[in-house]
Amino acid sequence: MALLEVTNLGISFGGLQAVAGFDLTVETGHLYGLIGPNGAGKTTAFNMLTGMYRPSEGNIILDGEDVTGKSPEYISKAGIARTFQNIRLFRLMTVLDNVKVGMHNRIHYPMWDGVFRTRTYKEKEHDMNRKALQLLKVFGLDDKADYAASQLPYGQQRKLEICRALASKPKLLLLDEPAAGMNPNETEELMDTVRKVRDDFGIAILLIEHDMKFVMGICEDITVLEYGRIIAHGDGETVSNDPRVIAAYLGGEDD
Amino acid sequence: MASRKRKMRANTKTKITSFTMVLAFWALIEGIRLSGHLSSKFTGLLIPVCAYIIMAVSLNLVVGFLGELSLGHAAFMSAGAFAGVFFYTTAGATLPQPLALFFSFLIGGTAAGILGFAVGVPVLRLSGDYLAIVTLASGEILKNVLNSMYIGVDSEGLHFSLKDQFSLGLLPDGKMLMKGAMGITGIKKCSSFTLGIFLILLTLFFVLNLMDSRAGRAITAIRDDEIASRSIGINLTRYKLMAFVSGAVFAGFAGVLYAMNYASLVAAKFDYNLSINILVMVVLGGMGNVPGAIIAAVILTVLPELLRGFSQYRMFIYSIVLIVMMLFNQAPAFVARRQRLRLKFRTRKAGQDGEDGKEEI
Repeated sequence: MALLEVTNLGISFGGLQAVAGFDLTVETGHLYGLIGPNGAGKTTAFNMLTGMYRPSEGNIILDGEDVTGKSPEYISKAGIARTFQNIRLFRLMTVLDNVKVGMHNRIHYPMWDGVFRTRTYKEKEHDMNRKALQLLKVFGLDDKADYAASQLPYGQQRKLEICRALASKPKLLLLDEPAAGMNPNETEELMDTVRKVRDDFGIAILLIEHDMKFVMGICEDITVLEYGRIIAHGDGETVSNDPRVIAAYLGGEDD
Repeated sequence: MASRKRKMRANTKTKITSFTMVLAFWALIEGIRLSGHLSSKFTGLLIPVCAYIIMAVSLNLVVGFLGELSLGHAAFMSAGAFAGVFFYTTAGATLPQPLALFFSFLIGGTAAGILGFAVGVPVLRLSGDYLAIVTLASGEILKNVLNSMYIGVDSEGLHFSLKDQFSLGLLPDGKMLMKGAMGITGIKKCSSFTLGIFLILLTLFFVLNLMDSRAGRAITAIRDDEIASRSIGINLTRYKLMAFVSGAVFAGFAGVLYAMNYASLVAAKFDYNLSINILVMVVLGGMGNVPGAIIAAVILTVLPELLRGFSQYRMFIYSIVLIVMMLFNQAPAFVARRQRLRLKFRTRKAGQDGEDGKEEI
C-alpha cells in the first residue's frame, strides 16, 4: 500500500477552481517533484495536503487513514511535515529551540513538569537537546545552535526549516521551493542534502521547485500542473519531452 | 558540547538577574526601613510597586511571549482583588489570619483565572487590533458591573442587587458588603512588603520556568509564526489560552495584594489607564524581557511620586522620561552604543552571539 494516496483532489475559492482532479501516489523512500508555471496551484495543493486549506472534493489517504479536511495539527501528528516558500522560521528563537519546537508532538511532558523542573522535565529536555543537536549536525548547523534563527544566512535558514520539519519525524516531507533564492553552489549542496535526508531518514519527499536542474536531478517522479490540472506525469525524461509541458513553460499557443 | 553549556548560561542568566534584582530590592528597602530613613510616602508605595511588578511580568506573558496585544489586564487584577477581598471580609473573618490570607489569594487568583478563560475563549480567535479592542471592552464592562453591584448580608442570608442599596431589602441587622461605586470598605489591611516580594518571586518562578519548557517554546513559536506553528502540530487555542489564563491568575494575585493595602476597594481604580500603564511598563522593559519589565515597573510607579514637587510639569517630565527610555531601549544608535559599552566591560569577546537575540523586537 502506498504511503500517500491522493485522488481527485480539488478546491475552489469562490468561483475560481484553483486545483481540480489532482491525483498523486507517494511511496516511502522516493523523491517526487511537483512543477508548473507560476499560479498553477502547486502551493495550493501543498496547503490541502497539510490541512491549511480544506479541499472541496477528493480524498487524501495517508498510511491507510483518511485525513481529508483534517486540521494542520492533526495532519502534522499523522506524519506530514512541510517547509514554506517564503521561509517561516521562529525568528527570535534560537536555532536549537526551532528544532525543539519541531519535536512538540514527539516528546511531551505536562506543563507542570516544566514549571517545577521535575526529573521528567530534565530527562525529556536532555533527550530533546541530544536529538536536536544530532539533527542539526546532519545539516552542519550544530555549531550555530545558540544563534537566533534570524541571524543565519539565507541558505542556512532554508536548511533549518527542513531540520525543523524533520524534527517531528514525518513519514512524508513536503518542501516548497527549497532552492528558491539560492546560488548554484548552494543548490548543488541542497540536492545532496535532500537525497541524504531521504536515505538517512527513510521517508518520502515531495517537492515544489522551479529550478529544473534541481528537479530533474533528484526527482524520480514528476507531476506537472498547469491552471490547477495535471498535464503530465512521469520521470524527468518523459516530462521534459512532453509537448504540453514545453508549451506550458515556453508559452505555446493559447487555445 | 560547548555550545550546549553556553545556552544553559543564557537561560539561567535571565533567572539569576531577575531573582537577584528582586532580592536586592527587598534587602535595600528593608535596610533603609531598619535605619529609619524610609519616608512614609515611600512606605505607601512599596506594595503598589510589588503589585505592578507582578502585573508587568504577567502581562509580559501575553504581550511579550505570546505576542498578543491585551489592553484589559487591569480587569483581571480587579476580578482578583474583589473576589479575594470579598472572601477575606466575609468568610475569611472566621478563619485564622494566615489561612484566611492564603485562601483569599487562592480565590482571587482562581476568579481572575476563570475570567481570563471566559474572556480568552472567544477573544483569542481574534488577533491584533481586534483583540486589543475586545480586551479593552471586557475590562470596561467588568468595571461598570462591579461599580453597580450591591451586596449585603443579614440573618436571612446574602442579598444581591444591581440597582441600589435599598432594593436589597436588608433587615435591620443587615450589613453592607459591597456598595456599588463605593466598593468594599472597612478592609483590614494585611498586605506586607515581604508578602509582595514573595509573590513576585512566585510569579518569576512560574513565568521563567514555563517559558523555558515545551509549553513556553510553543507559546513563543506562536508569537513568531502562527502558520508555521500549526504546521508542526501546535494547538494554537490551547497555548494561547495557557498564556492568557496564567497571566490572568497572576494579575489576580497582584489584585489581592494591592487591595489589601487599602481600607477600601473601588472598581474605578482598575480602569483603562491602569491597563495602559502596565502595557507601557512591558513595552519599555522590552517585550519578552522579564528583568526589563521589573525595572520599568519600579521606575514608572515611583517616578510620578518623585515628580510631585514639579506640580504642573509633572506629566511633562514623565512623558519625556518615557521617550528617553524608549529611545534608550529601542533606537538602533543607542542599542549599538550600549552593546559597545557592554563589550568594553567584557574581558572575553562573546559578542555576535545569540544571547542578545531576546532583547530585539
